Amino acid sequence: MGIHIENISKSYKDVNALKNISFDVKPNELFGLIGPDGAGKTTLFRILTTLLIANEGKASVAGMDVLLDYKEIRKHVGYMPGRFSLYQDLTVEENLKFFATIFGTTIEENYDLIKEIYVQIEPFKDRRAGKLSGGMKQKLALCCALIHKPKVLFLDEPTTGVDPVSRKEFWEMLKRLQEKNITILVSTPYMDEAALCDRIALIQDGKILQIDTPEAIVNQYPKTIYNVSANNMYQVIKSLKAYSHQHSVYPFGEFVHYTDTREDFNTLDLNHYLEAQNLTNITIEKTQATIEDSFMELAK
Amino acid sequence: MKRFIGFVTKEFYHIFRDRRSLFILFGMPIVQILLFGFAITNEINNVNIAILDHSKDANTQEIINKISASKYFSINQLIERESDIEAVFKKGQVKAVLNFEKDFSKNLIKNRQATVQIITDATDPNTANTITNYVSSILQNYQMEQNKAVKINYVIGPQPRMVYNAELKSVYMFVPGVMTIILMLVSAMMTSISITREKELGTMEILLVSPIKPLLVIIGKVFPYIFLSIVNAIVIVVLSIFIFKMPMQGSLILLALESILFILSALSLGILISTVSATQQTAMMISLMGLMLPVILLSGFIFPISSMPLPLQIISNIIPAKWFIIILKGIMLKGVGIQFIWKETLILLGMTVFCLALSVKKYKIRLE
Amino acid sequence: MKITNVIEANGLTKMFGDFTAVNAITFEVKKGEIFGFLGANGAGKTTAIKMLIGISIPTSGAAKVAGYDVFTQAEDIKKNIGYMSQKFALYDDLTVKENITFFGGIYGLSKSRIKEKTKELLEDLGLEDVASQLVGSLPLGWKQKLSFSVALIHDPKIVFLDEPTGGVDPITRRQFWEMIYRASSQGTTIFVTTHYMDEAEYCDRVSIMVNGKIEALDTPKKLKEQFHADNMNDVFLKLARG
Repeated sequence: MGIHIENISKSYKDVNALKNISFDVKPNELFGLIGPDGAGKTTLFRILTTLLIANEGKASVAGMDVLLDYKEIRKHVGYMPGRFSLYQDLTVEENLKFFATIFGTTIEENYDLIKEIYVQIEPFKDRRAGKLSGGMKQKLALCCALIHKPKVLFLDEPTTGVDPVSRKEFWEMLKRLQEKNITILVSTPYMDEAALCDRIALIQDGKILQIDTPEAIVNQYPKTIYNVSANNMYQVIKSLKAYSHQHSVYPFGEFVHYTDTREDFNTLDLNHYLEAQNLTNITIEKTQATIEDSFMELAK
Repeated sequence: MKRFIGFVTKEFYHIFRDRRSLFILFGMPIVQILLFGFAITNEINNVNIAILDHSKDANTQEIINKISASKYFSINQLIERESDIEAVFKKGQVKAVLNFEKDFSKNLIKNRQATVQIITDATDPNTANTITNYVSSILQNYQMEQNKAVKINYVIGPQPRMVYNAELKSVYMFVPGVMTIILMLVSAMMTSISITREKELGTMEILLVSPIKPLLVIIGKVFPYIFLSIVNAIVIVVLSIFIFKMPMQGSLILLALESILFILSALSLGILISTVSATQQTAMMISLMGLMLPVILLSGFIFPISSMPLPLQIISNIIPAKWFIIILKGIMLKGVGIQFIWKETLILLGMTVFCLALSVKKYKIRLE
Repeated sequence: MKITNVIEANGLTKMFGDFTAVNAITFEVKKGEIFGFLGANGAGKTTAIKMLIGISIPTSGAAKVAGYDVFTQAEDIKKNIGYMSQKFALYDDLTVKENITFFGGIYGLSKSRIKEKTKELLEDLGLEDVASQLVGSLPLGWKQKLSFSVALIHDPKIVFLDEPTGGVDPITRRQFWEMIYRASSQGTTIFVTTHYMDEAEYCDRVSIMVNGKIEALDTPKKLKEQFHADNMNDVFLKLARG
């Protein structure tokens, strides 16, 4: 009942959007496709939802071939495209009713599934969708994608343009949906959301960089990362980049993530070096790798 | 069926909640008809003219009275000298000057012939032409009356007769043209825009990834516009009959059937446009440039096809509007039945079937 | 050395009818600071910025931007600020060079100055090879770096950035922040608005707006301590959820 992707390639004119991609999503898994804009996430979603045909390779969704059984697939998947694709001039209720009708069902029939989400937007059910906030649009779009009780749910960047509170609530909803036997494939450009998935695929420039659980990916990070900070951020970055033993230097919020090429790296050496560069208030501390560190290391 | 009704309901919500499309749907037909009917006409009404009467006898006075009594002209001023003619024209006060020769009555009786010169301002040739025609016809009328009264046979000159539109009412010419434009606009442009809007919003993606059949999406999109176009056609016909006293010579049922045929052909063009354009803007541009302009310029609505250069005459044949206008004029003005317009009807039918087949074939069940 | 404030807002308020979009906000931004201006959609961020860049007149309060009064000297403000938004930045159908020339031109740079700047900018970004390519054909990350440089072309005192790094790949994003740090170290003030909290972590100080009011204003570090949170996202959640 999951998703099977085998050697999928897709190109538009002169752009190779997807280059030989293969992976599986297990039944009832919450699987994240993590990568920046233009990585090929949307193209892959469209191939899996039968909207595009791959140049090479094959794929199946819930056991149905995306090419041969496209009509069946369309009955059993829920799809939420990148922008919240709702009818802006219809009210919340009219949107939901419309999608229920075209999927040959009614709101009442599958109310259990959407109830938890719908009650949050129900007070606004007579409001036009165009007048809703980003978070409410997102919830309505999710309700519409769920109204026919799909086996597999495709969510293409559902949290883009949504404030942190709504994002958090959205991920909580996905966790609960997963318990209702729905396989979920979700894409996002935000690395911090990766940790909320069962497994993730890191994708860039049409290629998969790595597939594993978020913990495993972070654990496989090959280096020790140090948080470095001092009185002048720009100077710290410049100095570290000029340091002969540096492996990577990335600003990371209030710190710089630094890795060294040497096995026997000693923070004191670095401290002296930075002091010699006229920096003060220097701190150098070990820190945990994040998905973003892994992504950058793999994409380097 | 439930899906279809749901779909059509949604379409009607879109239409009735969008002021802009509401205006195009219902405001445009009325505005256009009134505009063409009242403002843009080549009829004349109360045109100012000047009189230069060298004779000032009973006959010229009678003629002047007749002219000033007609609703077409009002006599703006009387001038005395030939040299004044140019002056009044230059001031733009009058559109025409009637110049009665000296001894008009005498000549009329003696020579059985007298001359009145009609000088018109031909900067607007259409109006000038019409004025000349109107004045001549008034003069001829007068001549006939005189002949009866005096019982002497004057020479009666040839009298041109305008058939089907004896009063030269331009509104009769415009109604079929405007009706064609409106139906084209509503059917082709509005459908293509409403389909591309779904593409732009991304909702088309969801519709495609749903069990609803693509053909049903098209029919659902088109259905409201068939209905609205028919309403529009009725409004136009009613307006032209009751406000402009347009004669309705032929069968209303035939008119209705032909209109539906034309609406279908316009809709299929609309669908075709939507399959090749990705945004509402392109759909609108294609509709306007590719459909509206030819309808206005090449259908014979404004410029007679017979006076076009040959290449344009040939091109005009592929424009459905040309055939529809012929059909409309036939039914409304001449009152002909199907036996006289079956050829045009068949051409229109062929075009519709061709476009429908092409757009169904071109309609994509996927995104590319 | 006297630290000068380039933005000073005092009780700045904007009302639309009965609705108070911005409710008496007071803050200052120092020269060369990277200031994060955060808030959810509809919190009043956009309205506040419109007042600061001189395109919307405040209902009450006072504010000075780059030393000019927002009520009376809006035109002077516009000359002294740069603006870059995620949605609109550069013309896709113009080449890199044409874009630079165009934006240089609208800020009144002389021909020779534009030439100089173009060379400098292309070298800096390593874009010499693509100078005659259409901007539309460049990768997103390059476009963003280029549009940031273009926003700086007239050496403004303050640059307003609207969600500058949303959707960009992590490496390009770092490069972008390095550019911001450099500009800041050269004395340009950076005013970042965003609702992505990880962008907030890079700022020197951040303010968080909720329902038209500034509810928190401090360095990311102190805010995290104050709210007992691991990251700015949690700070925001705690503030917004009350």
